[in-house]
Amino acid sequence: MLPMLATPWPDVPDMLGTALGETARLVGLVMAIVVVLGAPLGLLIYNTSPLGLTPNNPVHVSISWIANLGRSLPFLVLMAAIIPVTKLVFGTTIGFKAAIIPMSVAGVAFFARLTENAVREVPRDLLDVGLAGGSSLWQVVTGIQLREALPGLVAALTLNIIAMIEYSAIAGAIGSGGIGYLAVNYGYRRFDGNIMIACILALILIVQVVQFTGDRVVRRLVH
Amino acid sequence: MIEISGLTKVYPKTSGRRDRGVTTVLDGIDLVVGDAQIGAVVGPSGAGKSTLARCINLLEQPTSGSIVVKGQDLTGLSRKELRSARRQIGTVFQSANLLRRLTAAQNVALPMRHAGLPDDEVLRRVHDLLDRVGMLHRANHYPSQLSGGQRQRIGIARSLALRPSVLLSDEATSGLDPDTTRAILGLLAELRDDLGVTILVITHEMDVVRSIADVVFQLDHGRIIEHGPVAEVVRRSDSALSRALLPVPPAAGPGELRRWQVRYATDEVAPTWLTAVGADLGVPVAVLAALVEEAGDSAVGRLTLGFPGDLEDAAVAAVLERHGLRGSAEDAASQRDEKKDEAA
Repeated sequence: MLPMLATPWPDVPDMLGTALGETARLVGLVMAIVVVLGAPLGLLIYNTSPLGLTPNNPVHVSISWIANLGRSLPFLVLMAAIIPVTKLVFGTTIGFKAAIIPMSVAGVAFFARLTENAVREVPRDLLDVGLAGGSSLWQVVTGIQLREALPGLVAALTLNIIAMIEYSAIAGAIGSGGIGYLAVNYGYRRFDGNIMIACILALILIVQVVQFTGDRVVRRLVH
Repeated sequence: MIEISGLTKVYPKTSGRRDRGVTTVLDGIDLVVGDAQIGAVVGPSGAGKSTLARCINLLEQPTSGSIVVKGQDLTGLSRKELRSARRQIGTVFQSANLLRRLTAAQNVALPMRHAGLPDDEVLRRVHDLLDRVGMLHRANHYPSQLSGGQRQRIGIARSLALRPSVLLSDEATSGLDPDTTRAILGLLAELRDDLGVTILVITHEMDVVRSIADVVFQLDHGRIIEHGPVAEVVRRSDSALSRALLPVPPAAGPGELRRWQVRYATDEVAPTWLTAVGADLGVPVAVLAALVEEAGDSAVGRLTLGFPGDLEDAAVAAVLERHGLRGSAEDAASQRDEKKDEAA
């Protein structure tokens, strides 16, 4: 093995630390976009359905179709397909910024469906309690629907964060930075098994911590 | 007081995209329940009870007709007016429908918070309401920590939170055990007496009607087919509603006696009428089955009596009539039929 390709041990802690930071930044930013756009979209999908607060079939079908669109492509394909949009918005097709758009598109569509499922679990009768008591639609949505669905929404958030961590690793292919990028560059392109194992362990650890924390919060929210 | 007149609800009947005419679920319902009165709407499944309930608590807009509470028609309102109109009618739902993630006190407070009442007022009312339904000691419990009856008490407290003038109880005791049902009905009767609130009970349970209703309405295929004060309905006729309200137990008796179906037809039946009827006819009278109970300040009753077969029917009927009763002999054929049915 060429010495140049040997594991650069002294740099490893720094490389891992930076990569972890980048992953956290990317996933955090994308999740903020995902929650802000995905949750209202999910509420809209559910509440325009025949079971919702304001049934409206044309609206329901069209938004539902859009959400499906974002979920129908494997992430790698979506990332490639969306390059023209990325280029238009950020003027580049690689790097941190370039990863945000495909990840947000996939994440928002995913979270919209997860939100829809979570609020579907709230019995329709509970919404009627609010309406019959003179609450406004907004009060019913925020004070009853979202409040009762909160444990389900936190579970959905956990699931979505883990999916985004996975996507961020795939986005390593377009130079997003982060753990996935490190794994691809050193572990895959330079055949550095040590870095690969370190990245794998880091990913496993992150996912375990996220899931464990999510589960604990859900348990606390359920009465 | 609630006055419903000509209430009609029609749904378009659609099958696929083709318009297949309409289904009339409620067909000109007229119904009045006064202040401090409990009215009960009874009827079989599919009679339109739940649609009626949803029209009364304004979750559905009726196709035509009016619902007048305190002199104001609550139908055909704008969305904003609808919100305040809905607050005039409190609904107690089947199985209470409490929010699972809120405590009992928070559940009761919810409609008041949504109505924008100030905090101290909300706290004061929550305390009073929980006290009224006997649930102060459960204020900080979550619904999952409460029994079905306790949950329904909280549901009743919540329905009263905005001080409605009409309380709608939509199958509120369905699924509760008999003791709990009795306690919940006792609470409703108490609210009627103490607060003077008008209560409309929608139920399929005749026992509920018998124990608390002042007036009863029989709903069938979207129409009120019989109505009136409970005691009056029972005394007036032998209709299905009358028999359901006061069911006579199955009678067993010696075959040589002629069986008569007898009911209290007035509110002036002397408690000792049986002896008097026997004395008037000069024969011993057999009681084969009977249900006599109090309704208001007088008694209602329905019995199966046995008279010796050689008596003139007209003579028996006349004596019964004199004592405020009305009866008819079961004809021999139907008695034989019954025997055959039993044998089969």
